[in-house]
Amino acid sequence: MTIKATVALALAALVRNKARSLLTMLGIVIGVAAVIVTVAIGVGARTSVQQSINSLGSNLIVVQPGSVTQTGARGGFGTASTLTPDDGLALAKLPGVAAVSPLVSLRTQVVAGQNNWQTTIAGVAPTYTFVRSWGIDQGRFFNDSDVASASKVAVLGQTVITELFPNGDSPLGQTVIIKGVPYTVIGTLTALGQSGMGQDQDDTVLVPYTSAMQRLTGLPTVNSLMISANNADAIDPVQASITQLLEQRHRIVPPESDDFQVRNLQSIAQAASQTGTIMELLLAGVAAVSLIVGGIGIMNIMLVSVTERTREIGLRMSVGARAATILRQFLAESIVLSTIGGCIGVLAGGIGTLLVAWLTHWPTAIPPQWVLASVAFSAMVGIFFGYYPARQAAQLDPIEALRFE
Amino acid sequence: MTPVVHVAALRKTYVLGEGRVEALRGVDLTLQPGEFVAVMGPSGSGKSTFMHIVGLLDTPSAGTYAFEGSDVSHLSSDARADIRGRRLGFVFQAYNLLPRTSALDNVELPMVYAGVHEAERRRIALEKLELVGIQHLAAHNSNQMSGGQQQRVAIARSLVNDPGLILADEPTGALDTKSSQDIMRLFTRLNEEQGMTVMLVTHEPEVAAYARRIVTFRDGLITGDVLNERRAA
Repeated sequence: MTIKATVALALAALVRNKARSLLTMLGIVIGVAAVIVTVAIGVGARTSVQQSINSLGSNLIVVQPGSVTQTGARGGFGTASTLTPDDGLALAKLPGVAAVSPLVSLRTQVVAGQNNWQTTIAGVAPTYTFVRSWGIDQGRFFNDSDVASASKVAVLGQTVITELFPNGDSPLGQTVIIKGVPYTVIGTLTALGQSGMGQDQDDTVLVPYTSAMQRLTGLPTVNSLMISANNADAIDPVQASITQLLEQRHRIVPPESDDFQVRNLQSIAQAASQTGTIMELLLAGVAAVSLIVGGIGIMNIMLVSVTERTREIGLRMSVGARAATILRQFLAESIVLSTIGGCIGVLAGGIGTLLVAWLTHWPTAIPPQWVLASVAFSAMVGIFFGYYPARQAAQLDPIEALRFE
Repeated sequence: MTPVVHVAALRKTYVLGEGRVEALRGVDLTLQPGEFVAVMGPSGSGKSTFMHIVGLLDTPSAGTYAFEGSDVSHLSSDARADIRGRRLGFVFQAYNLLPRTSALDNVELPMVYAGVHEAERRRIALEKLELVGIQHLAAHNSNQMSGGQQQRVAIARSLVNDPGLILADEPTGALDTKSSQDIMRLFTRLNEEQGMTVMLVTHEPEVAAYARRIVTFRDGLITGDVLNERRAA
């Protein structure tokens, strides 16, 4: 008998008992649907974390000032003001470093005509767009001579543009007033969206760091140094040489602790993706358990079905079905059941995922390999749990089976 | 002519716990093509065991059985299944149709296992349904039919592989008198017009009366083998 004929027989037998077939599938359907929804949420979350980390810039290393200790109370990273633009210039000469940009940031009000908006002002170098992999939408970014002369020029993020120029006027050439200082808008940035922490990255105004230090903060120090390594492999050695150089420049001798901290986003990304992998493995475990429970359900019903259909099996044998044919037919029934159950489960999971995405606005993604894997695993569950009942059917004695009441 | 069935010194012994049951104790019988034989006897006489062995559902403990000229006494269960599917037709007391399945699909079933192509299956099944006079019920489900109609479907099913022998085990046991007569007339017609060889197992003399030859079993032996001079019609 061909596979097609076997499957056709199995389907006919399943259709004959629609209600029971559907109930038998239910375990697998729910199992697979649960897997798809949880994986969709898990992978979606992981992808969005990964994306927002990547959106911060490629091969990014961040140096922040260390903590300051006042009368025994340590203030935490960033509280000390130890990093200077000169540190940045020195770091830029290190091998493996592609670009360095200081970052001076402050939160303040920006005014344009009738509109005002509270936003983050970032004083940076022209290299900043490269370090953050950020593009220019309109106009131009400031250059080295703007930095040298501490020019009053600004580049606006998309959110700031929407808030300050709600009429849709081009902000280019307009004047915005930051802390009473008039800045000319020379360019706009492309939209970056939310960061991994849910912060709107487009809610910012970029100005030359020299301009920010002289006109806005009045401090000789910067909040952090953003460094871009040549490539991912260069991150670790570059990080080590940064630490060494800064310890030298800041005259720190062990056991004295560093007054700065060097972090790279790759390691944060790795940690995040590792957490994601562990989550996915856990989910896969839960999925496997639920599918096995579904499989036991199939085995149960198939055993009942074999008993109930003993006479039918006797008849099939008397009209020429071999034992192996009966085995294949019942095996095909459980495989068809579990596979269809798996497919319905994928559909239900897909609908559930859409529902979750629609209700919670969480990022979701259904990886196709998980869809394939769940259907394949369902089919395997069908084979594994269908074999024993099918063997019971095949081992029946035709005479006994025909007599069975 | 090669006999359809030729058994010699056929024995069947069952071991039941400590005891042994001798169901058949040396049976000799020859069935020629075109015969219509009724096998009679009280329960426990061995007639059912005999039918199971002749129908290749069971194997003899001793003796020989030649079906259509070839020895089938020691065949594997797969080989016996293949012969059942290709050369034998079964009709049972309880019809044994698949529930919630059309008459047509029921009749096609043996051909599915024999690997007959779909279009060919349909053609033959309709032809046999017509032969038993219920082609108009082809699309009906078995549970929507009367007992007599169901038994006709079962008979059509037994005919699809053009069997060398039809084995009918108490085919009228579940039917009323009128339907019983109809079914027996159908067997007579198949025997006379189609030349089908029929072996009927029954314990009712009125049913056996339709056969041309009556074989009586008692205690595992054939005690009577007579031609039926006064056939019912």
